[in-house]
Amino acid sequence: MFPDQFLFGVEVLLNGLMAGVLYALVALGFVLIFKASGIFNYAQGVMALFAALTLVGIMDGQVPFSHLINALFGTDVHHFGWHVPAFAAILLAMAVMVGLAWMVQHFIFRHLVGQEPIILFMATIGLAYFMEGFGDMMWGSDIKKLDVGIPQGGSFWIEEATAFLGGSNFYGFFIDQLDIVAAVVAVVLVILLVSFAQYTKQGRAMRAVADDHQAALSVGISLSFIWVLVWSLAGFVALVAGIMWGAKSGVQFSLSLIALKALPVLMLGGFTSIPGAIVGGLIVGVGEKLFEFLIGAPFLGGATENWFAYMLALVFLVFRPQGLFGEKIIERV
Amino acid sequence: MLYRESGDFSETYKADSQTFPIKFDRYRYYAVLAFAFLVIPFVINDYWANAVLVPFLIYAIAAIGLNILVGYCGQVSLGTGGFMAVGAYACYKLMTSFPEVSIMIHVVISGGITAAVVTIFGLPSLRIKGFYLAVATLAAQFFLVWLFNRVAWFYNYSASGQINAPDRTVFGHLVTGPNTEAWAKYMICLVFLTVAGILARNMTRGALGRKWSAIRDMDIAAEIIGVNPLTAKLSAFAISGFFIGISGALFFSVYLGAAEVGEVFGIQKSFLVLFMIIIGGLGSIFGSFAGAAFMVLLPVLLKNVLVGGLGWDTALAAHLEFVIVGALIIVFLIAEPHGLAQLWRVAKEKLRLWPFPH
Repeated sequence: MFPDQFLFGVEVLLNGLMAGVLYALVALGFVLIFKASGIFNYAQGVMALFAALTLVGIMDGQVPFSHLINALFGTDVHHFGWHVPAFAAILLAMAVMVGLAWMVQHFIFRHLVGQEPIILFMATIGLAYFMEGFGDMMWGSDIKKLDVGIPQGGSFWIEEATAFLGGSNFYGFFIDQLDIVAAVVAVVLVILLVSFAQYTKQGRAMRAVADDHQAALSVGISLSFIWVLVWSLAGFVALVAGIMWGAKSGVQFSLSLIALKALPVLMLGGFTSIPGAIVGGLIVGVGEKLFEFLIGAPFLGGATENWFAYMLALVFLVFRPQGLFGEKIIERV
Repeated sequence: MLYRESGDFSETYKADSQTFPIKFDRYRYYAVLAFAFLVIPFVINDYWANAVLVPFLIYAIAAIGLNILVGYCGQVSLGTGGFMAVGAYACYKLMTSFPEVSIMIHVVISGGITAAVVTIFGLPSLRIKGFYLAVATLAAQFFLVWLFNRVAWFYNYSASGQINAPDRTVFGHLVTGPNTEAWAKYMICLVFLTVAGILARNMTRGALGRKWSAIRDMDIAAEIIGVNPLTAKLSAFAISGFFIGISGALFFSVYLGAAEVGEVFGIQKSFLVLFMIIIGGLGSIFGSFAGAAFMVLLPVLLKNVLVGGLGWDTALAAHLEFVIVGALIIVFLIAEPHGLAQLWRVAKEKLRLWPFPH
């Protein structure tokens, strides 16, 4: 038997871990692009939103740009009237994300090769704005429900199995089934990505590009193909993140703000490290939930989750500027 | 053509290094100032003041401030919205605590308070650089917004959590509060902008500005040639914060009159000001003006064309605005990474030789 307060703390910790997995999912997309092209992709969150919007749109058979078409031609179209099964819709959405990756590479970053990193960063902010407006124009801006068949709600099994730990006020740990699914998916995704980078030809080429653009070019690797590949992979990660977050809280504008949650994760873990993204995500998830539970809600008036992760990362960076797993920064004149 | 520098000879070093070495430029500058001070106040109406001119003037101050930090000193900041909020809340607290002191002094002091806060958040810049720093400034953004939301002292325990600007006068004319006339709002902002512009221009071309540029171009190299990174970086943060604080104070007290921190000074505001200086031109005072004008005018124009002209619903027009703003930023970065200011420079070069370019 444990005191209830302690058990609630453990429950908060577990939920923090689960939330951390979801942050790590978004952070992964950032790391992929940053490693391979040196672009800090601010649009990752909006990509997740766009992917989720596209998925819902395809599943419900929405007519793309229906608002625009109606405004231009005075018609009244909104749905095709069919419903696409989830699996096929995910494949189609993935195709859209690949197309998007190609367009991003072809129309934007091909023209910005050799620019300073900060210019590239700002271009991705522009891209984020563009896609936000574009996604809303394409599929409408109302809040949508995403249901691809992931179970939701508390897991009774865990609750019943852990109820004996506490006193009569304790009913077992409440953990959302969706979070468990997300955690499993994240683990699978990381294993897939790491083995892709490690064992396939394209993965090796990708790592070579990440290491040194010019050397990669000189051994015959096509930079533009690798970049399209990387953006597609990031699009895929965005789609997975979009599905998880979308199923959790509905597909809406606030989904794009999860990118902001992923930034401190990146700072903690280092911009260039895939394990860093995972560990950073877990630290941020657990840290902000525990801080809110122990200090934020009782003493500071709550809602500290908005800034705690940033402050944690800021303090952390002052002592270790390259993050936990980042490459050591060596500067020369 | 009008645009000739032949006949403009400078005989002293001072004359050579003035801001507008060409006579035509100089007179045009005086003409613009005279027009802004002597003509516009008499013809301005409420719509123009509230939709275009006052926001332009206030954003121009913020853009100058951010341009000093990002364009001149190379320290990317995404905390502008939060820093403007510091200016706004400082001004509110001062206005309500010391009603007898002039609003002009309050605004300047708010700038000073913001400068202090920004300097504190600038401290990590000595250790962390580039993207890490950009993300670190987001910490300031979120923390400050949360602080002003949660600590009731900042909004004088008002039930709504809003801050409302009380009526204040300058030389007997109302400048804040709901009954302010358009020209008074315009004039107070114009005065601050003019002073800010002159100050910034002279700071950026002097010793301080050169130190900032050296840090921007390469901080280690700058350190080796004797620029102290501590003072150079922190002074950029402080001075940038001063201007941003002033613009935040004016934005709340003169332009809005009432503000709720999360809505008005959220992260969107940080990006808006950042876009202004990217589109206007990094490292250019003129660029700050041009970018602010562009980003203020574009939505007004789009709204008038799409909603007023074509009769679309506002939501759709807002989405299209996002698309256009995003696309423009990308196009600008690809075509002209140095922004409108560079286009203007090129145009002047061309005009000088026109119509005989060879």
